[in-house]
Amino acid sequence: MLRILGKIQRIGVVTEPLPKIEEPALAEVGAQIKACVGELFGGSLAIRQVDAGSCNGCELEIHALNNPYYGIERFGVHFVASPRHADMLLVTGPVSRHMEAALRRTYDATPEPKLVIAVGECGANGGEFGVSYASCGAVTNVIPVDAVIRGCPPTPLDLMRGILEAIGKQSSR
Amino acid sequence: MTTAWIADFLDQLEARGIPAREAPAPGLAPARLVQVDAADWGRLAHAARDFECRWVAGWGEDGGDDLLVNACFEKDGAYLVARAAVKRAAPTLPSHAPYYPAADRPERHTRDMLGIVFHDHPDARRWTRHQAWKDTEYPLRQDFPVAGNRPAQTPPDDGYGFLRAQGAGVYEIPVGPVHAGIIEPGHFRFQAVGEMVLNLEERLGYVHKGIEKIAAGRDAAGLARLAGRVSGDSTVAHAWAACMALERAAGVKPPPRAIGLRALMAERERVANHLGDIGAICNDVSFTFGFYQFGRLREEWTRLSRSAFGHRFMMDRVIPGGVAADLDVQAAAAMERQIVSLRNELGGLFNILDDLPSLEDRLDTTGYLDPATAKALGALGYVGHASGVAFDVRRDAAYPPYDALKVEAPVFKYGDVAARVKVRARETLASLNIIETLLARLPEGPIGAAWKAPAAGAEGLGLTEGFRGECLAYVRFDENGRIARYFPRDPSWLTWPALEILIRDNIVPDFPVCNKSVNGSYSGHDL
Ligand code: SF4
Repeated sequence: MLRILGKIQRIGVVTEPLPKIEEPALAEVGAQIKACVGELFGGSLAIRQVDAGSCNGCELEIHALNNPYYGIERFGVHFVASPRHADMLLVTGPVSRHMEAALRRTYDATPEPKLVIAVGECGANGGEFGVSYASCGAVTNVIPVDAVIRGCPPTPLDLMRGILEAIGKQSSR
Repeated sequence: MTTAWIADFLDQLEARGIPAREAPAPGLAPARLVQVDAADWGRLAHAARDFECRWVAGWGEDGGDDLLVNACFEKDGAYLVARAAVKRAAPTLPSHAPYYPAADRPERHTRDMLGIVFHDHPDARRWTRHQAWKDTEYPLRQDFPVAGNRPAQTPPDDGYGFLRAQGAGVYEIPVGPVHAGIIEPGHFRFQAVGEMVLNLEERLGYVHKGIEKIAAGRDAAGLARLAGRVSGDSTVAHAWAACMALERAAGVKPPPRAIGLRALMAERERVANHLGDIGAICNDVSFTFGFYQFGRLREEWTRLSRSAFGHRFMMDRVIPGGVAADLDVQAAAAMERQIVSLRNELGGLFNILDDLPSLEDRLDTTGYLDPATAKALGALGYVGHASGVAFDVRRDAAYPPYDALKVEAPVFKYGDVAARVKVRARETLASLNIIETLLARLPEGPIGAAWKAPAAGAEGLGLTEGFRGECLAYVRFDENGRIARYFPRDPSWLTWPALEILIRDNIVPDFPVCNKSVNGSYSGHDL
């Protein structure tokens, strides 16, 4: 136990303040997000992540949002286990035909008001996989999409920025 | 590696009255190729099993009038590809599954994708096909259009005949395809009594996105990009295997510096995945300290991969003929420094993991896979290594630059989650040593060789050791220098079946940690 406490003390807090992010505007967005999340979602934004056919690259970066460097929970953003608890769907992949029905059902199970973000080149436009007998391509070909985060995969910073912007867009509607 | 057994094996086939013709296949080398009659396909597998060969992979191909069936075996680090042709009008032959459980799902995949029927296969159910195409359609046949003949909306796949358990107190838990965490989709069907799992049946194929079909017609560079997306966490391993296959088919030799850099990237990928997964295993048993510490180390590691090679996962950095990013002296020095501090930190963290009673309680004896079963299934990577199966391509079928390096592959026999964690911890430390050696010996010179497309029909086989184990890639070129056939075999094909077995008699709440300790790729399996 002492070793654990010692380690914790030596490492300290590695979480990075948002203004460090390359883009200056993000400092502002960072301040806004808490306000937006507060106003729109009662202080906490619940995200249900859906892999609808991804190569798993995008998931690795979404995972990273929870590591101590990004610590997305400090903005009131957290990932939930059921679409019924979610305000937002974060959907990756080209939507495989085999996941099409599951994605529709997940969308239907998410209560209104809901936001859908398509993640990655694949989610945005089908990426390397495109549209085929096995793939529906972009997420928007299957369910309505509010925002897109590009990149293959998008970096954790891209993801954070994209999630913040999507909320910002929603609140200014 | 020793190929001595192949001659004995061919003698053995002759003695059993199985005509086998060895055919020249320069692109497959060092693997050798034998052709057998379709009618003898099952007896071939019987002989191979008696010879204690490992069943590596199986795939089919539309060859026009004939459909071709391939199976790859390995023993003593030497690979043998067997091939048979069946008539398109009656594409039937015996199965390997009665002799090799590893062949079960690959053959069902081949049946779904090509309409090749393995008539004595023990399981008549479909595998990769859900409802996106009909049972009379075969996507990998040349006359099947890439766009398919799709309905407006693909219906859900209910009606798959899961095994049922009956009896007082037995109940069923269906899970997925959409899981509770940030994880790939698949379906698990549990039969349980109280908290105890009686049986688990996996149903995969949800992320099937037509990789084998859309590979056809690509140029070499396009294929490498696709290969790098077979399973995003193994992008380097699969891209390297595919490029190795492409280069062997085309007779292109990547320069020594490119080979060193490929290995550097591959080892960085291995370390990143091991760190992340050890952390995730800690999280699954609520040891959040471990989760955050290993998550932090993984992030630092990934950031340096990005500053060195321009991409956090080094996607698209392995290309036909070489690599797309060179390493400068600053980045090399940063890697050396990072290794020193990481080794130091890991020493402390592994000690903590080693003697924490709560971890011992949750991980020891959990998810036990006995060595005999692991061997029978052909389990690879850390799943195999934790249960006594030692195979590592880098050491046992060494390819450059590993043929000039010392590769340690730690092996344990106690087969539980704790052993799989231990293998990954040891492999991480071993990879750090390898990276240091690679950096010290990195040759100067160009990082790529010019690409030249090979003759029509040229084929190639590539094999690399990814973090999950052996990754195989097969390619064949068409008459325009483009890809006619690409088949990638992720090691997950051989470890998914192990999960079904090792979860038995464990409690349902231990499924997440058992699953994570195997960490099969859904995408790499579903293709
Ligand atoms: S965008 Fe890239 S990383 Fe994400 S699923 Fe597609 S191929 Fe994988």
